[in-house]
Amino acid sequence: MRRWLPFEWIAALRFLAEGRMQTGFILGGIAIGVAVIVFMSAMLSGLQANFIKRVLTSQPQIQLIPPDEVARPLRGGPHEIEAAIVQRPSQRILSIDQWRTIREAMTARADVVTVSPSVSGAGLAVRGSAGRSVTLTGIEPEHYFRIVRVPDYIVQGETRLGTDDILIGTELANDLGVTLGDRMHVTTAQGGDRVLTIRGIFDLGNKGANQRSTFVALRTAQSLFNLIGGVTSIDMTVKDIYAAETIAREISASLPVQADSWIKTNAQFFTAVRAQQNSNTLIRLFVGLSVAFGIAAVLIVSVIQRSKDIGILRAMGARKGQILRVFLIQGGVLGFFGSLVGSAMGAGALVLWHSVARQADGSELFPLILSPGLFVVATLIATVTGVGAGTAPALRAAGLDPVEAIRG
Amino acid sequence: MADVIRLEGICKSYNVGLPTETEVLHGIDLALHEGEFVALMGPSGSGKSTLLNIVGLLDRPTSGTLFINGEDTTELGDAAITTLRGRAIGFVFQYHYLISAFTAHENVVMPMLLDRGHPDAAMERRADELLDWVGLSRWRDHKATNISGGQQQRVAIARALAMDPSLVLADEPTGNLDSVSADAVFELMRRINRDRGTSFLIVTHNLDLAQRCDRIVEVVDGRISGRVIPTLDAR
Ligand SMILES: Nc1ncnc2c1ncn2[C@@H]1O[C@H](COP(=O)(O)OP(=O)(O)OP(=O)(O)O)[C@@H](O)[C@H]1O
Ligand SMILES: [Mg+2]
Repeated sequence: MRRWLPFEWIAALRFLAEGRMQTGFILGGIAIGVAVIVFMSAMLSGLQANFIKRVLTSQPQIQLIPPDEVARPLRGGPHEIEAAIVQRPSQRILSIDQWRTIREAMTARADVVTVSPSVSGAGLAVRGSAGRSVTLTGIEPEHYFRIVRVPDYIVQGETRLGTDDILIGTELANDLGVTLGDRMHVTTAQGGDRVLTIRGIFDLGNKGANQRSTFVALRTAQSLFNLIGGVTSIDMTVKDIYAAETIAREISASLPVQADSWIKTNAQFFTAVRAQQNSNTLIRLFVGLSVAFGIAAVLIVSVIQRSKDIGILRAMGARKGQILRVFLIQGGVLGFFGSLVGSAMGAGALVLWHSVARQADGSELFPLILSPGLFVVATLIATVTGVGAGTAPALRAAGLDPVEAIRG
Repeated sequence: MADVIRLEGICKSYNVGLPTETEVLHGIDLALHEGEFVALMGPSGSGKSTLLNIVGLLDRPTSGTLFINGEDTTELGDAAITTLRGRAIGFVFQYHYLISAFTAHENVVMPMLLDRGHPDAAMERRADELLDWVGLSRWRDHKATNISGGQQQRVAIARALAMDPSLVLADEPTGNLDSVSADAVFELMRRINRDRGTSFLIVTHNLDLAQRCDRIVEVVDGRISGRVIPTLDAR
């Protein structure tokens, strides 16, 4: 006997060790349950983190654009409507009113990190007989690249943008048959027409984006869209990405702009995440419950098997509380060791799956996030669950009538 | 001589308040002197085990008073009863002798461990002495179930002595043993009684063994019969 252990621990561990088969099977059951939970949780948070990272390096967290133009019925006098049919106006390329003032106000905010004005619209890229419609985005590189990390995705050339330069995607380069240093014609519906030199080619990891996205200097875009001195949007990043929506609402309410946060523009994603989390929680709950029932069942059987031992212990002076704790400890120990094994199994499965499951392009499907917190929480919850599951058997053991237990 | 136990008007009914209520013990008066070795005999179903369980504080009488070492136990709460049971009384049972998850030595340590909470060197030494006393030192570290029935019962006797109780209660301690082992176990208890002065109350169906006790008490239909059965060496 270990001198430093109290009676309850000695008896609990001895009983578990003696019932080797039962202990082994229930440990296996707990371990599998915990492994499933750990695996699912880690993978889900990995996928989520991956998505958020991708979104946040390819989109502004808040985008300010001119408010929607709203059509109102024409009125002659107070009660007389001249034209009753209201048509929604086509949204022209519009500059943000007073954008320099707004930019300054944004830069002054403590919760905003980067502010980057830009002009974007549709254009046509022509080279020889080939033409493609593209989205032209005019930017201030030193600001914009802090929001969308185009330099990280450059596969050829550089990102320095002079007034006659353009950055295009790999797909567009293929489609038009152009390479670095080539020149191409860019025209717009607003009458803009310029010849630009290809300075860099990027791969944003998305075919559509590589076909349509192009970047030019802010001044170049302003002239192409006939919008000298104006900008169509102000892109921003904020300190706390999850506060983006609150900040956006605040800005919309106080300034004559429409502010959209990444949370709103990716609402679908968040709905999906929430649905995932809900089903994940549900699965965890049921796995946890079935583990708890398993522990309780095994301990109940153990109480019945040991009722004579319990009776003898009581006859020898064991108090009810001592017997109670012997079985609570067994529940806790099962939960604890089961979750240790389960955490290891879950982590192992995660590492394996991480190395096997790949995206189409061979990059990882999800980042491997093995946060110690997850394991600590899993172990803690499993231990508490074990003690909880041990309650009914423990009460039954403590309540055993020693006379009944000993007879025959 | 002082009484180790004294029973006054002990009655015991089962299924109290139910239609099946039956009184099993009908007013038992009995006293055991310090150092006395008493046999309890009687036909099956007469209430011997019921009486022993009441004396051993495992069960409570429906009415009547039980004194242990002069102390009235009627008003004692559950916890106090448990503590008194652990310290004043040792048990030896017929069927389930030892706790199988533990070794012989650990079984003997158990009553002291239950009383004090943590194991210590003193209780381990005492358990060794007791095992030596019953002649089982070499089985010390054997699992309780890996030794013979007679040996198990001797370990159980050592265990019953662990807290140095004033009284050992034994319910048919030799009922499951062959006559040679039964004799050895009985003689061991007799020797302990002589050497240490521990009182014994032993239920037995074996008249030969009973006659080697100091006194025989007969229970018939829940009453002490009062019949005098002579013993071999009545003192
Ligand atoms: N829990 C109980 N509920 C109802 N009746 C009981 C209970 N325990 C014992 N009895 C009854 O009490 C009576 C006495 O039983 P007890 O076990 O004390 O007899 P005994 O003298 O020890 O018999 P044996 O020699 O067979 O061991 C019996 O009629 C028995 O059926
Ligand atoms: Mg009996």
